[in-house]
Order: sequence, then structure tokens, then C-alpha cells
Amino acid sequence: MAENSLAFKGTPAQEEQLLAVIAKNKELPGALLPVLHEAQEIYGYLPLEVQQMVADGLGISLSEVYGVATFYSRFSLTPKGKHKISVCLGTACYVKGADKILAEVENKLGIKSGECTPDGLFSIDSCRCVGACGLAPVMMIDEEVYGKLTPKEIGAILDKYIAEEGGEQA
Amino acid sequence: MTFEELTRIKEANKEVVLVRKLVKEKREEMASHTAYRKQVLICGGTGCTSSGSKKVIDALEKSLKENGLDKEILVVRTGCFGLCSLGPIMIVYPEGVFYSQATPEGVERIVKEHLRDGNVVKDLLYKDTVQPDGTIISLSETNFYKKQMRIALRNCGVIDPENIEEYIAVHGYLGLYKALTSMTPDEVIKEVLDSGLRGRGGGGFPTGRKWMFAKATPGDIKYVACNADEGDPGAFMDRSILEGDPQCIIEAMAIAGYAIGAHKGFVYVRAEYPIAVQRLSIAIEQARQYGLLGKNIFGTGFDFDVEIRLGAGAFVCGEETALMTSIEGNRGEPRPRPPFPAVKGLFEKPTVLNNVETYANIPRIIYKGSEWYSSIGTEGSRGTKVFALGGKITNVGLVEIPMGTTLREIIEEIGGGIPNGKKFKAAQTGGPSGGCIPAEHIDTPIDYDSLLAIGSMMGSGGMIILDEDTCMVDIAKFYLEFTVDESCGKCTPCRVGTRKLLQYLDKITKGNGEMEDLERIDELAKHMQKSSLCALGQTAPNPILSTMKFFRDEYIAHIQDKSCPAGVCKSLIRYEIVADKCKGCTLCARNCPAKAITGAVKQPHVIDASKCIKCGVCMNNCKFGAIITK
Repeated sequence: MAENSLAFKGTPAQEEQLLAVIAKNKELPGALLPVLHEAQEIYGYLPLEVQQMVADGLGISLSEVYGVATFYSRFSLTPKGKHKISVCLGTACYVKGADKILAEVENKLGIKSGECTPDGLFSIDSCRCVGACGLAPVMMIDEEVYGKLTPKEIGAILDKYIAEEGGEQA
Repeated sequence: MTFEELTRIKEANKEVVLVRKLVKEKREEMASHTAYRKQVLICGGTGCTSSGSKKVIDALEKSLKENGLDKEILVVRTGCFGLCSLGPIMIVYPEGVFYSQATPEGVERIVKEHLRDGNVVKDLLYKDTVQPDGTIISLSETNFYKKQMRIALRNCGVIDPENIEEYIAVHGYLGLYKALTSMTPDEVIKEVLDSGLRGRGGGGFPTGRKWMFAKATPGDIKYVACNADEGDPGAFMDRSILEGDPQCIIEAMAIAGYAIGAHKGFVYVRAEYPIAVQRLSIAIEQARQYGLLGKNIFGTGFDFDVEIRLGAGAFVCGEETALMTSIEGNRGEPRPRPPFPAVKGLFEKPTVLNNVETYANIPRIIYKGSEWYSSIGTEGSRGTKVFALGGKITNVGLVEIPMGTTLREIIEEIGGGIPNGKKFKAAQTGGPSGGCIPAEHIDTPIDYDSLLAIGSMMGSGGMIILDEDTCMVDIAKFYLEFTVDESCGKCTPCRVGTRKLLQYLDKITKGNGEMEDLERIDELAKHMQKSSLCALGQTAPNPILSTMKFFRDEYIAHIQDKSCPAGVCKSLIRYEIVADKCKGCTLCARNCPAKAITGAVKQPHVIDASKCIKCGVCMNNCKFGAIITK
């Protein structure tokens, strides 16, 4: 995972946004979680630099921020791909073969769950239930949900995103 | 907001909503009193949105405009109807006909043929609503809905969750009004106690008792909290209630606040549920605008407000003390009890915490009375329970049944049986904390005590149906992998115990198990049940214990015969090509990542077991069903 991390590239605009979020929540009891949620929205992940800013802003120690950021699976300390793939491994999906879907995605992209492709286009994660159990097995790419999947369909779905990228570069 | 204003809003919206609720014969007549000739309800919940309901809604609105019907036909985006596997779902009133798996193309036809010309498009209807003789029955008459009784889900799929006036039209906030103006806090608590309502999050603790304790604890500041951190993978009833009827949760929390003397409520909801969060935010905003949250509600001097806090993906935060620790901004680790939350909860103040589904029953209980509610269900388990039916079952979706309904009724009648002619093997309830109900107990009535008696538990309501293709050892391993991931690490019995249990299961599924391992598991499980700090660790062994109890022969087959009877555990199976069925198309050989398959074109192929990595790619690619596992 660490191999994929890039140097921190925060912009002054992002920092301004984060400081505003901290100022808004500073007096809120239990502010750390809401602030981290918004910080991740702003930066896409929570690198140490951002955690330090949050710690300074809320007047708590970095270790406390780090402890919380690493406790919850939704917070990520490494950057994610441009397209975030999330394969549901909830029970309903699992009994319908979600493990085979994940294996196929990993196979097609040549990376493991939790990693990001070298070109930064895709990252794979597994998640526990998006609540679309009626469509099991399910995978999400960004906000789009793909349901009732079979391993055979994975290639074509990924190709769609790769083709889009090609279009942008052209 | 005064009673008069509430009544005025209710009356003004009543007819539009009644068109969706009355019996068939009266709906037509009611529609003529409204501004709309017909109403189209489309599910905008997570399930149907995932199936593309947004595109369908856009197509519908565009088509209605093009055909000049947009003024006479009302489009309502509702919450979940329950039949998620058939989404996107669309119902047209006053006829009450039910279109399933709607597409933008299909909608075009429905607009022209049905909405404009008045001819129902029969071939697009849900097949169970069309009788062999061609007559159309309404949804409530289908097998899926016939045995259901909707109390917690009463408004889901009926009202527009983003319009508080529709909630008011279905007696919304009358429960709160009744509590505030004609009942003392003690009377409210007594009503909840008498109803027999028990916690729907899985624990089953009597809700009224919780409230009584919190009221009895002295203190100026108290809190009401709602557990919407639905962590059981495979359960989605809380999400559906928040998406389909968010106002009822706000009303219930205000009632709880009045009962215990709290003025502030927190809803702790999973960040993975964006639609639920958005609808709840809108609902809170609207309730504030209408004076149903805020200062001096109904002029009674009672103040109450609600705030949303997002979870961040930690299963343990569904445990009450961990949830509160998380709201306080910390790692969501549980605290020892006592002190119980009713004495020292959120921010160290007395707190009542209930689950979403529990709250969903409250406004109804207060409005209609405990006598009505307690007449439903069984002796120790009053009312109804919502289940998220999933896995190997025909009708996947949300069902709400009176307590005491048997598993057989749920599977065979409501669920429509097991697909592909397979045999029912077990139902898993209670997720990672629960156990399974095997086929021999299919006539068990579903209530708290009967399920405990057979070594399972009600849980929050996930019900996963397993068929003969499921390996019970593998399922137990699946749940243990989950609890190992989600154990917070604070106490040793859970942190180490779950890992150790998983190691045993791993060993068994790889064919290295020993019979003594079964005894070791048993002993370790008992220690974990007794000494773990919270319910996560105390219940983590349940999936193993119940599968070991009911499917011991499968464990023994893995250990002694080194075989997986269901053909799931990779180390114990091998892939083979049936020569008679193989056409020699070479597809499998070309796709095999291990180059383990050989054979000439148009000749039967062979798998080299020593090279095979058992990934199953060949089986997925074979068009002739020639590849089998043994």
C-alpha cells in the first residue's frame, strides 16, 4: 500500500477550506469525526500533514487524531485511485459469489484489494454491504452501483472506464 | 405549529395520499377529489437507485411533458417498497398496478398506452400480479405481501419522504401531539412498557424499561440517541426506514425526549448510506421549519432538536457504549457496563439509545395505544419484525411480519422458495452475532425466545437463506473473518479469541483439521462468551457454535474425509472437465491464468491438477457446463 503513496500535494485553497471546517466545528462536542469526514472530502484522503493541521486546529495531539483516523475503515491514509472500486463482501453478496467478483477485478487490474494501480486510475477496496442486497453480488465504482454481476462482465465494465480515460487524453 | 395548523395540513394532503392507501374500490372515487387523475410512485431508495431508477424517473418526467400529461399525473419518488430484486419499481394509482424492472423504454410505453390511453401494459407488470386468466391483482394480494403486516414500514413506499406534509397526512406528529398535550412522561413510558416493544437492534431489551431507567436518573441534561449504524452485512431495514419515512424517527425521538426529559437527540448513521443521510437531513430541516423540532413545540413549552452524526465504518459502533464513544469524537471502543447509558451515557449524561426500527414503532404505539400493539405477535415478543431477506431466495427484499410467523411461511410463501430447484439448507439470522436455523427447524416461530432456544438470535433483522451449495464451515469462517476485522482490540478475549477461532476454521477448511479442534473451539468459545467486554466478542463464536451444532457432519467431513460436501472449500475440491460435454472450444485453456488446461481444438480438454490454482475462471467461461468441481 505504502508504495502507492505520493508526496503530499495540498493546495492553499484546500488548506483554507480545511481551516474553515475546523473553525466551524471547533466548539462542537465530539468535533474530531465530523472534521475528519470533511477533511477527507477536501483532500480525498488523510495524509499525516492533514492530520497535523486537524490536531493543531482542534488543540488535540496528533496521536489522538491518528488513533481515530486509523480506527475507522472509512478513513484512508493513502490516496485512492481516480476511480474507486468497492466490491461488496457483505453476507448476501458473499453467498452469491462476491469473492469471485473481487478475484476477477484484482486479476484484471493486477493489484490487490487496498491498492491503487500504478497509473492512479483505479483503486480496489472491499466493503461490507452497501445495502443493495437485492442485487447481490454488487460492486461500486465511484457512485455507480453494478448489481447482479458475474465475473465475465467485469472486463467490459473496467474497459469502459479505461476507454473514457483514453478519450480524455486524446 | 398548533393543532389546528397540523389538522389543516393533514386535511389538505389527505386525499392525495389516500388514493394510494384505500381499498381498490374506493381509490378511483378518491382520485376524483384530487388535482391528479393518476399518480405514479417510483422507488428512489438505494436498491432501486442502484438498478437505475433515476434514469427511469427522468424518462418518465420527460415523456409526461412531451405528452402534455405533466399537470394531471403526479410523480412521487418514494422510499423502499420491499421487493428490491425487481427494481426499479413503479406503482400507478388509483389502479394500483405494479410495474417491475422498469426501463426508460418501458416507461415510454407506460406513459402512452397506460397513462394517456388508459390501457395497462400487462407485459411489463410484475408477473405475480397477473393471474392466469389475465386479471390483475393488486400488490397486497400477492404472496410476497399477503402475509406481511406493515407497522414500522407503514409509510415506506407510500409517501414522499422529502415532503413533511405527506407524513402529516398519514397521522404524522399526532403521536407527539397526544404525548405532549394529554399524557405525562410517566404515562408515555407506561404506554411503551405495556406495548411489550423490545429493542429491534438485536438485544431485545424492553424499550419502556430503558426509558424508565433514564427518566429515573436525576440530571438537567439528558440525551436521546438513535442507532442507525446498521452494521450487520446483509441487513438494510434501518436504511430503508430512514430513506422511506425519516419523519417517523424524528417524531419518535421527540416522544422519547419528552418521556425522559431530554431536549437533544443524536442520530448516528452510517456514512455508507448517502441517500438515507440526505433524506434525514431534509426531514430535520422541514421539521424545524414547521415548528415540530425546536423551541416550544405545539406551544407546550417542550424544546427538542436532532443532530446527525456520521459513522465511519466500524461495526463495533453498533454496540451502544461504543456508539456513544464515537459520537464523543473518539475511537469507537466500548466501555464496561455498568454504568449503563441510562445512568451515564453520551457525554456522561443519562441517555436513551434505541435502534431505528424500534423508534419507527413508537409514534404508532402512542397514537393507537399499547393495547392495539400488544395484540400483535406472541406472548414474549409483541408486534412485528422487519427482515432483510437475502441470499438464495426468489424474492429478495424487505419483509415485515407479525412475530410468531414461521420460517417456513417466510421462505416458502413470502420469499417464493429457493431458486433453481435447489434445496433449503439453513437460514442465517443475526449476522456475525447470530446463528443459523437448519431445515429441521423450519417450523420455528420467529420471535426472540424461540430463536434463542435453538441457538440463534433475532439480530437486527438480516436473514440470509442458504441452499445446498453453501458450505457451513465456510460460512462460519466468513463471519469470523468479519469479526476479526471488526474487533476493536480493546479486550483480549475478543481480540485474540476471534483470531484463534479463525485459525481453527482455516485449518479445517484446508483439510488439516483434527477432531480435537472441535473441542478446542468449544472451550475457547465459552471463555469468549463469558469474558469479552461487549456483545461483539460475546457473540462472535455464535456462527461457529450453531453450525457445529446443526452441521457437525460437515465439520467431520472436512476433518476426517478431507472433503467439502458442498464443493466450496478450495483446498478440498478439484476442477474436472467432463469429456462428454467438452466441445474443445479452447476458451478455458486460453483463459486459464495458470496454463493448467491442455487439449487440441475440438477435442476434450484436461485440467492438470498439479498446476490448477482453483480460481474457477475456466468454469465461469465454459459455455457448455463441461467443467465441474468434485
